[in-house]
Amino acid sequence: MSPLPQRSTDGLVGADQPVVEAVHITKRFGSTVALADAGIVVRRGETHALVGRNGAGKSTLVSILTGLQAADNGAVAFAGRPAPPLGDRDGWRKRVACVYQKSTIIGTLTVAENLFLNRHARGRGGLIRWSRLRRAAEQLLAEWSVEVDVRQPASTLSVEQRQFVEIARALSFGARFIILDEPTAQLDAAGINRLFARIRELRAQGVTFLFISHHLQEIYEICDQVTVFRDARHIVTAPVAQLSRSALVAAMTGEDVTMPEADHRPLPADAPVLLSVRDLVTASGAELSVEVRAGEVVGIAGGGGSGKVEVAEAMVGLARPAGGTVVVDGRALRPGSVPDALDAGVGLVPQDRHREGLVPLLSIAENVTMTVPDRIGRRGLISPARRDALARDTIADLAIKAAGPRVPVADLSGGNQQKVVMGRALASDPKLLVLITPTAGVDVRSKQTLLGVVEEVRGRGTSVLVVSDELDDLRICDRVLVMFQGRVVREMAHGWSDNDLVAAMEGVDLHHV
Amino acid sequence: MSETLSTTARPAATPPPSPPGSSSRSLAIARLRDLALVPAIIAVAIVGSIVSPVFLSTDNIINVLQSMSEIAIVVLAQTIVLITGKMDLSLESTFGLAPGIAAWLVVDPALTRGLGLDVLPDAWAVPVVLLVGALVGAFNGLLIVRFGLNGFIVTLGMLIVLRGLLTGISGGQTFFMLPESMTYLGSATWVGVPASIWLSLLLFAAGIVVLGYTRAGRALYAIGGNADAARAAGIRTDRVLWLALIVASVLAALAGLLISGRLAAVPSAQGSGAIFQVFAAAVIGGVSLNGGKGSVFGAFTGVLLLFMIINVLTLAGVPAQWTNFLNGTVILVALVVSRITGGKAQT
Repeated sequence: MSPLPQRSTDGLVGADQPVVEAVHITKRFGSTVALADAGIVVRRGETHALVGRNGAGKSTLVSILTGLQAADNGAVAFAGRPAPPLGDRDGWRKRVACVYQKSTIIGTLTVAENLFLNRHARGRGGLIRWSRLRRAAEQLLAEWSVEVDVRQPASTLSVEQRQFVEIARALSFGARFIILDEPTAQLDAAGINRLFARIRELRAQGVTFLFISHHLQEIYEICDQVTVFRDARHIVTAPVAQLSRSALVAAMTGEDVTMPEADHRPLPADAPVLLSVRDLVTASGAELSVEVRAGEVVGIAGGGGSGKVEVAEAMVGLARPAGGTVVVDGRALRPGSVPDALDAGVGLVPQDRHREGLVPLLSIAENVTMTVPDRIGRRGLISPARRDALARDTIADLAIKAAGPRVPVADLSGGNQQKVVMGRALASDPKLLVLITPTAGVDVRSKQTLLGVVEEVRGRGTSVLVVSDELDDLRICDRVLVMFQGRVVREMAHGWSDNDLVAAMEGVDLHHV
Repeated sequence: MSETLSTTARPAATPPPSPPGSSSRSLAIARLRDLALVPAIIAVAIVGSIVSPVFLSTDNIINVLQSMSEIAIVVLAQTIVLITGKMDLSLESTFGLAPGIAAWLVVDPALTRGLGLDVLPDAWAVPVVLLVGALVGAFNGLLIVRFGLNGFIVTLGMLIVLRGLLTGISGGQTFFMLPESMTYLGSATWVGVPASIWLSLLLFAAGIVVLGYTRAGRALYAIGGNADAARAAGIRTDRVLWLALIVASVLAALAGLLISGRLAAVPSAQGSGAIFQVFAAAVIGGVSLNGGKGSVFGAFTGVLLLFMIINVLTLAGVPAQWTNFLNGTVILVALVVSRITGGKAQT
């Protein structure tokens, strides 16, 4: 096989044929019906959104469209021709490519080798010609204007660069139909903009996209058509322009959902200051000083690299700060000590639930009670009954969809996993709740529950710090501190306009230019 | 065509952010990683020549290379398995069992006080050694790849079973009176240098080429780095893993044949405990226990460093009772050194 990227679209004839057409797809896993007579039609050159809550059947459809699984019933056709048999990986790769949330890049190998894995350029005697392979890789990335040094190990790539490399690799197989599975989940605002610019560019060159996202705003920004799945069924396909946001949400949930709006009544004048952060400086140089009163919800907004996550992690002890003091309810926290922060009454929802938030193989009960061993046991021994009782409360309070407290967290959907993380943060009845990107990668309904919890705990006098660049997360805050390049650049009281806040996060002042 | 495309498309695209921090530096380190132990080897050579003028003599160098040649081949075998993200503890037992079975089948009991069966002609000995290696590897593969059992536990079980089998067939004794076909490779001298040195160097050279320059070799790295991604790239991961385990066991069997040939005997404890040294050499040489990282050349420098240090200690007249203590210390110190030169924790 030639290592040089092919730009032909052989095998994909008939410009009027849809790029992919899946009809009457049914797929069962045991007793669970993952897809029930569902289907999708994606036309050439469009960017098609596929939305639905967690568990709606999107992932199953993607694995059927990419040939990783066979449907029990129904048919998939590419450009009017039936899909190749499952074993023909090359056949599938010429027609469709998917950039999964989980990377298929091998971090220990170089970028160049990742691009041409198992199809290395070979010279005489079947030996790999590394110089030729590197040139081919450079050429391929240049062709799609991805600026990455192909000699570096892929583990050094940022999420965004990794996605671009995966897209370039997909295109090099000849596929002109690319599925992006929640590509924006781990990107900051600037990264999303660059990704979208890239998508538009590629669309102009005739590439068709199927775009999966939880962020409805992105769908309105980048997509032409939208298909909604709910409970394993196809609900509607319509041009994005003809579907209002509320109609789209209604299609996804089967009912109207509104995001919780804080009842922004002023705090009592005598509300004590619960959190006092003075001149906190992180190892990366970001700075923050803030005072939060009991019952107050304060947002810390900013794009990637603004330092918002770093200051939050330094505050709760996940990272050791370079300087400054953090005082919670009159008690100074020991720098860089999570146990001390927990002991002082801090509850934390960390940024990455997979890495810091959960132990996936342990049960919901064990995860929820991880920070409060003393509340579920006596004399050093844990009582399973008390543990499960506590977990059952959490499951009920946060509407976690699970058969019981003993279910392993790994079996839950993303939204429900995040609720478990929230449950763990709340288990200790914290005085201060620190939420870092609490709704990243969760569906609309779970988002509503998670943000609703904030409303509830503030009523009990808990202070809440919301660290996020999601407008929905920030809307529940009484005030928002906007960080840019490691400094707080603006403070906005509740009632800010979306444009103002986004502009401030991007370092632009709309009123003073 | 790509030229014009890239020039027209680039201005439209916002350049992606420069890669985080020290990527160019880590790139340089990654390239130097292979040579990380070279300064240490030179340092030991200098210390050795100060300790004893004999150290750098041709005889002593050949002595060091010969004493390490058999273990070095097992290190090569283990490196292949480690890069795929698995491990094979049973190599040390295969190292003893393969020549043991061959000796058992060909040795004449009349000459050896009842040891052996004498059911096969002498010429079969070497093929039997390699066949036993292949069968052990295939069985490991059956349990690990086909049945999906944990490689560590499977090969730990195999280590005990194979050692027990050798003890069983030999009655805990040592096979001797080996046929010439079995002793030739371990005792012959080619161009003034023992054949076992030639063989081990040749095998390492072959390993460098196969792992660095063939698709099959790169598949090992891909599987160790991310098995799902390797599968998605069309690599037949199960087949490659199975093959890696078989090749590793055959190499261990061959190494066992060399040492049996050198000693003209197969003791029932041949290779017992060697696996720790093998792991240490591989890890010191930069091979990751988590898979996907390391090189054959690095593994070679690892085993060379270990044996050079042992040789220096012997020349310095360190009492034999202290050898194990110093061996362990050497392993720990070498790990610390490679942590410092590599900049990253050994895993």
